[in-house]
Amino acid sequence: MKSFIGKRAIASGVSLVVLVVIVFFLSRLTGDPTNLYLPIDATQEMRDQFRQMHGFNDPLIVQFGRYVMDLVQGNFGNSLRQARPAMDVVLEAFTWTLWLAVITMVLVTIAAIVIGSLAAFRVGGVFDRLATFFSLIGAAAPDFWVAIVAIVIFAVNLHVLPTSGTGSVWHWVLPVSVLFIRPFGLILQVVRGSMISVLSSAYVKTARAKGVQSRSIIFVHGLRNAMLPVITVIGDQAAAILNGAVVVETVFGFPGIGKLMIDSILLRDFAVVLAVIMVSALAIFIMNLLIDLAYALLDPRIRY
Amino acid sequence: MPERPTTEHLLEVRDLSVEFHTAAGTVKAVQNVSWHLDRGETLAILGESGSGKSVSASAIMNLIDMPPGKITSGTILFNGRDMLKMTAEERRAINGAKIAMIFQDPLAHLNPVYPVGWQIAEMMTTHGKPGADASARALDLLKRVGIPEPEAAMRKYPFQFSGGQRQRLMIAMAIACKPDILIADEPTTALDVTVQAQVLALLEELQRETGMGLLLITHDLGVVAEIADRVVVMNSGHIVETGNAAEVYRNPQHAYTKKLIDAAPGKGEIPAERERQGEPLLKAVGLKKTYGAFHALKGVEFSIMPGETVAVVGESGSGKSTLARAIVRLDDPQEGQVLYRGKDLLAMSAKEVFGLRRDLQMVFQDPTQSLNPRMSVFRLISEAWVIHPDILPKEKWKDRVAELLVKVGLKPDMADRYPHQFSGGQRQRIAIARALAMEPKLIVCDEAVSALDVSIQAQVIALLDGLRREFGLSYLFIAHDLPVVRDFADRVIVMKAGEIVEEGTVRQIFDAPRHPYTQALLAASLDPDPQVQAARRSARHNLEGLVPA
Repeated sequence: MKSFIGKRAIASGVSLVVLVVIVFFLSRLTGDPTNLYLPIDATQEMRDQFRQMHGFNDPLIVQFGRYVMDLVQGNFGNSLRQARPAMDVVLEAFTWTLWLAVITMVLVTIAAIVIGSLAAFRVGGVFDRLATFFSLIGAAAPDFWVAIVAIVIFAVNLHVLPTSGTGSVWHWVLPVSVLFIRPFGLILQVVRGSMISVLSSAYVKTARAKGVQSRSIIFVHGLRNAMLPVITVIGDQAAAILNGAVVVETVFGFPGIGKLMIDSILLRDFAVVLAVIMVSALAIFIMNLLIDLAYALLDPRIRY
Repeated sequence: MPERPTTEHLLEVRDLSVEFHTAAGTVKAVQNVSWHLDRGETLAILGESGSGKSVSASAIMNLIDMPPGKITSGTILFNGRDMLKMTAEERRAINGAKIAMIFQDPLAHLNPVYPVGWQIAEMMTTHGKPGADASARALDLLKRVGIPEPEAAMRKYPFQFSGGQRQRLMIAMAIACKPDILIADEPTTALDVTVQAQVLALLEELQRETGMGLLLITHDLGVVAEIADRVVVMNSGHIVETGNAAEVYRNPQHAYTKKLIDAAPGKGEIPAERERQGEPLLKAVGLKKTYGAFHALKGVEFSIMPGETVAVVGESGSGKSTLARAIVRLDDPQEGQVLYRGKDLLAMSAKEVFGLRRDLQMVFQDPTQSLNPRMSVFRLISEAWVIHPDILPKEKWKDRVAELLVKVGLKPDMADRYPHQFSGGQRQRIAIARALAMEPKLIVCDEAVSALDVSIQAQVIALLDGLRREFGLSYLFIAHDLPVVRDFADRVIVMKAGEIVEEGTVRQIFDAPRHPYTQALLAASLDPDPQVQAARRSARHNLEGLVPA
């Protein structure tokens, strides 16, 4: 198990290095950010000074070397825009997104598993048809549209929820609800499909022959086996939110990592872009590891 | 007022009819089936696949999904009460507690993600026993059914046991609540012969101890002969014959029963021996193969003459399939030679092997898996000529496919169909036709008839035998079923743990086995004749000197 995690860490480290190199050079291709930061009437002298200060005059390879040296010492550089360490900026935003992802995915997982399992128990029944109908709509709904409609209805017309920002529990309701819809639809479909095949398996037949109650057959005998394919999808969806629910965070003015990413790219705040990428990559790595560990936890046949 | 049915039997099925509504129409799975079971008695329901032999058991256990299933008539009286009129909750309380069931494939029928101790205890907690008591009894049960290191076994998972142990675990679970009736659906079909004998013996002992009624569903006359008091013979949803097991065997009344008994392999004269002369077609020298620390082959040597059938028998893990795969180079051994007409296959280049591929063909156990479901029969068979274009010019393919289909007992117009449109036996014929398309010299049959019904098995064996005579084919015939080998092979190789323990002609092996392992295999093999089987049983008991505790 330890060697498995070690091997995974090394492989992920290598991909992270490659990613950093690619992003570093690609982002510099977008040009010099000086003009974005200085007023339009800034003198050439001020511009030169700004470039000199941030090292934009040096050849790319020298800039890269400097970046790597700083990185080795744990220095991710400073945010141009906020003039403070880029990693501080990123971690702040990441904390918001992490909460958003955790709350959303916990709700999604519970709802999708319970509803999906019950739908699978009576395939073709009224409950199953309703669940399938709404989950397909959910999986297909475009989140930017849902987000705007939700704001119009609940914030603008009904005045029951705030439009954007953070501050109270109520600020979380709309972003979480909108983010909930698509993963819920997708995961419900996977739970239902997986559960249908599990419920027709031989060991479920044994459980029925043992006289086990239906509830136990679904949630004890069935669910643990049905969860294996589901976990992969849960991980995917959680990673998608962690990587920045760009649209939803932007629409709701939510100070998460998705919004930070877009803002920093637009403002060519290179240090922040790179820090965002490293934090997201690390989050994905940890997420994948958790998925693999969950597999081993659920299925004794899987050992690393 | 409707007459309340009465019965003096523990379990009585009366006039049961079950239908299944499928896309292809309504299938009448069983029609007007009646039978009964008493305390302490063993009733066997004998039939081939599709005979409906398992349907009444499924109806008893409330395992028929409705829809698509529908019970159209009948009553099932358990202790005088009609189960079909009970509530779901009443049925659930009977399942496991009063009537328990074990199945054919114990690995698939045990939940893979829970420890076996928990699964056995669940049988009791489901029916109201406190958890601690249930665990304690589960441990006792593991000891009773002979699982080694029972304390550790409680926490192990199904995949950590052997096939025979898994069936013992299923039995332990089934008898946990001391049921009145145990239903065993093909309980030993997937097991090795020696393990089969042990499991059947265990079932019998438990029945003697508890006095439960045992309902055994099987396709195997040998199992009936070994264990059943009475037998019900089923064919396409109807009971064709019922009676005392020994009498039915000795004096079958119905044509189908006669046919079934005639098809049982391993009777009659052993065919005359043919002389082995000239150069062997294929010779294996010192084959060794390891998988990690496991030695699958430990220096195996044998030879096959042209036109000869060499059978390799042995139990699972003996290395017989590894040997088959080594011969056709699907899985190369680490050491040794496979000399085909004097040239070492293992030392050949890929190009040379490609040229020889057509001489060596393989027919696998499960034609459902070995035939690509998306290819028509024509494409499956003609693919050989796509790969080896020199065998046959394209314009002759159609005629040749038709010819091969006729040769294996199918119709030429079946060439446009797909594998799923055929029965298991027909699919295996297609697989044989595909092998024949290459015009091979040697066909390696890896358990090629094991999954087939007895009557189909006899037909396929007759087909293979005819092809041997017609084309001078040689066979390497891998099997675990000794009677089939006796009927079909010239020579027999007995393998155990990667080694050949005995080799000889069919007569030598079957009439005068020398190695104790061969003797044990033969002793465990079941004869379809209840009288022969009874004699063997008493011989076995004398051999052991005691009834195993």
